[in-house]
Amino acid sequence: MQINQVNLVNPDTLPSLAELWLAGPVIEILIAALTVLLLDLFLKDEDKGALTWISVLGLATAGAMSLVLWPSGEGILFNSLRIDGFSLFFTNLLLAAAILTLLSSVHYLKETNIQKGEFHALILFSTFGMILMAMANDLILFFLALETMSIGVYVLTGMWHQRSAAGEAAMKYFLNGAFASGFLLYGIALIYGATGSTNLERIGDYLSQNPLQGNFLLITGAVLLLIGLAFKVAAVPFHFWAPDVYEGAPTPVTGFMAVAVKAAAFAGWIRIVMHQLSPLEDQLSFILWAIAILTMTVGNLLALTQSSVKRMLAYSSIAHAGYLLIGVIAGNDMGGSAVLFYMLVYTLMTLGAFGVLMALQQAGKDNDSYQAFAGIGFKHRFLALAMSIFMLSLAGFPPFGGFTGKFYLFRSAVESGHTVLSVIAVLNSVLSVAYYLRVIVMMYMQEGRGEAKPFRRSPYLYTAIAITALGILWLGVAPDFPLELSRISIASLR
Amino acid sequence: MTESFPGILTLLLGIPLLGAVVMGFIPRNSKGSLFGCALFFTVLDLLWSLNILSRFNSTLGEMQFVERVAWIPSYGVEYFIGIDGLSLFLILLTTLLGPIAILASWSIEEKVKEFLLFMLILQTSMLGTLLALDLFLFYVFWEAMLIPMYFIIGVWGGPRRIYAALKFVIYTMSGSLIMLIGIIALVTTASQLNQTTSFDLLRLYDLRLSFEQQMWLFLAFSLSFAIKVPLFPFHTWLPDAHVEAPTAGSVILAGVMLKMGTYGFLRFAIPLFPDAARAAAPFISTLAVIGVVYGALVAMMQSDLKKLVAYSSVSHLGLVMLGLFALNLQGVQGAVYQMINHGLSTAALFLAVGMIYERRHSRMIADFGGLWKVIPLFSVIFLVITLSSIGLPGLNGFVGEFLILLGAFKNMTPWAVVAASGIVLAAIYMLWMYRRVFFGPISPENQTLKDVGTREIVVLVPILVLIVFMGIYPKPILNRISPSVEKIIARMERPTTLSRQTLEERRTAEKEGARHAN
Repeated sequence: MQINQVNLVNPDTLPSLAELWLAGPVIEILIAALTVLLLDLFLKDEDKGALTWISVLGLATAGAMSLVLWPSGEGILFNSLRIDGFSLFFTNLLLAAAILTLLSSVHYLKETNIQKGEFHALILFSTFGMILMAMANDLILFFLALETMSIGVYVLTGMWHQRSAAGEAAMKYFLNGAFASGFLLYGIALIYGATGSTNLERIGDYLSQNPLQGNFLLITGAVLLLIGLAFKVAAVPFHFWAPDVYEGAPTPVTGFMAVAVKAAAFAGWIRIVMHQLSPLEDQLSFILWAIAILTMTVGNLLALTQSSVKRMLAYSSIAHAGYLLIGVIAGNDMGGSAVLFYMLVYTLMTLGAFGVLMALQQAGKDNDSYQAFAGIGFKHRFLALAMSIFMLSLAGFPPFGGFTGKFYLFRSAVESGHTVLSVIAVLNSVLSVAYYLRVIVMMYMQEGRGEAKPFRRSPYLYTAIAITALGILWLGVAPDFPLELSRISIASLR
Repeated sequence: MTESFPGILTLLLGIPLLGAVVMGFIPRNSKGSLFGCALFFTVLDLLWSLNILSRFNSTLGEMQFVERVAWIPSYGVEYFIGIDGLSLFLILLTTLLGPIAILASWSIEEKVKEFLLFMLILQTSMLGTLLALDLFLFYVFWEAMLIPMYFIIGVWGGPRRIYAALKFVIYTMSGSLIMLIGIIALVTTASQLNQTTSFDLLRLYDLRLSFEQQMWLFLAFSLSFAIKVPLFPFHTWLPDAHVEAPTAGSVILAGVMLKMGTYGFLRFAIPLFPDAARAAAPFISTLAVIGVVYGALVAMMQSDLKKLVAYSSVSHLGLVMLGLFALNLQGVQGAVYQMINHGLSTAALFLAVGMIYERRHSRMIADFGGLWKVIPLFSVIFLVITLSSIGLPGLNGFVGEFLILLGAFKNMTPWAVVAASGIVLAAIYMLWMYRRVFFGPISPENQTLKDVGTREIVVLVPILVLIVFMGIYPKPILNRISPSVEKIIARMERPTTLSRQTLEERRTAEKEGARHAN
């Protein structure tokens, strides 16, 4: 078997300055994270609000750098990272998700006494890992990036350590995640064994040049890889960790997990499964079908029975992973760009909904039962209006982004001949209407019990909610520009 | 065919929306100015639609006042609207019932601003549904209609409003989403044949699909429309929604929204899939006739006035469906005419029932009796509406029912015979109800009821005038409807299905062509 020999002493193989320059945006996040950690040591408690701004500034700078520095498709650092439209799309999506999370958590952190320094640094570190996942062109690098992300998120889950649920959630997440990593790594090893490389492009070349029938090593490897990835997007039947973890984690972290972790993992789904492993489509399609249908149906059915809105959102995020998998199954370019577009919409809807949950949070205690929403419709008009937009959009009503996104996904499925799958998906959407509307029922159609609850008003949180709500309207009414972006991003993979 | 944007139809859509925006600046405790604002904009919309009526060319069957502009080019979606004889009077009905429903809601005291906002948004989305000629645009309006209605029933409705509102949404949505897949499949098939992606309805009319494709797509579309109509056995959401909805909600729901279903059949399901429609006609007509008789029988047994009117809608719309699926000129023309009739008379019935309810806080037939002596004017108005609803010659209902039966007798006599018996049943339950409410001994609680006030007369008179006018002089309306109906009938009679073989041949020819081009 041929092994890549890289002689590090040879100056030709060292990364050139130009390559490092291209990696600038990612390195910049790392620098911001380390700055936050260092400053945390010296800042007084009352000055620690500055950490938020340093982090947001760091993330925004990275976004700006990526827009300026990343022109076209190019592999850097031994072709282990690819800089293309796809990376650019996900980088900025993930950065936006991180910024919105940080903005909406300002007040939450104050209320819950979560350590600010660590919180910000961990968000930055895991964002760093996520972006590398989206760029990774090599399975080993993908794995390392995924671990960087995961370890950050494991700790974030347990950050509110006064609550026993937090410890349980973190432990559960860590153990399950470790298992998933094992699957993933085993899969990578088998694929390496079968193809002789961990580089995605070489694997792709191998797959297109060699007969795949009966190559059990390869297929087993691919299946194990799929399982690892399915864990990260909480696809059924690898979802058991998700509800408890989502419920136990501090609400901003839950939103961040539901959105950013999922987005990064879907970047992997697209780049690895949909793009490079596409010759294996015949062998994998049955498994993907089963996972997608189960994920949608189980997610929706269980969401229907929840009494806590936070848990409901956790299950609904599982169901949405199922919808997203439709695009992966469609396998064509339209499917890929549908996933990208839906990811964008989903990010806004979900972050917004968790933002409203945070606004309801009061005095060191999560307040996330349906009852907490009772009667707020005509008392806290802004929050209720925003929440209605998020719920209606999640349920897929026009003229909100959720509808255009679902439409695009279903269309990619029909176009590639998976009409049955899209029918199952729409029936699932009907199911989901029941529980999303329940929130609206509580807000507008039932009276609040007892006195009006003291809502904490934080300008940053409200700004974040307003941004997401307006974004959803924009994606619903004039989606042309983002649609075009997602199309270009997918086209850049070729 | 002009294609200017923004044109007069966009203005028609925009006026209620503009009203909603203006209303945003009015303080929420000044009920008078809120109502004034909503009324001003809906009346303006009504006047604007009359202007459109006066400029409408009654000799054309084509789309008029067409506006077309790219909306989402990457989907191939356009903002494409227009009006023809099929939609013209439904639009007028919508703009007429808008201010009437708002005026009838004066008794609402709580959350007035939100209520009126939803009414205005609802108005725009209903008009949009009737105007849209792009399937995607149509679907957006079609679904957007649900949200304000959901809130109107759910917030301002009766005791079981939450259940009723949810049932309404779930039923309608399950149908619509299946239609969404149908739309996607239709457009995908079309784009494979024509090499361009477009949701343009008029171009999709010319598409030639195999019979099997037509059947599947017809099924997907009609399920959605059948639920909205509602065709038996998909009607169970209707009584709940009507009973719990506030008066304005019932008026709009019965007056306009139910017609969206029949309109959908006429505009989309039948002309897009003509062969499938013809094949399915006996089946759908059977369901329609069952609806006619079943609705009438159930209505007869109701003790609640609102429920009685709700079930009578099931019966009447069954008749409309029978007319549509007679698939000939008289039947379809009668169906379109009857849609407007039903909109007027049922809206008026719901308004009148609402007025009784406001006075007595009861809708039970048993609580009334002898009202004729106490409130004579109201009784006379109610009588006219009742007679219109049962199709007395000289009033509007007669014209529509007559045409429908005429059309149905031509193609499907047995169905027409059964349906005619349903009309007799309608006379029985309506008149029986009238007798129990307005004649007989009077109970002391009803002695002090007040007769109709000025506001209520203003609400009812326009409808009454139209009921009589459309009964004695239907010609100007039928004249404007028939060119468009003729066009649809002509489309039905043209051979549309290509045999599988020719399709294959054409595809290979196209492939050859593409190869040569390369």
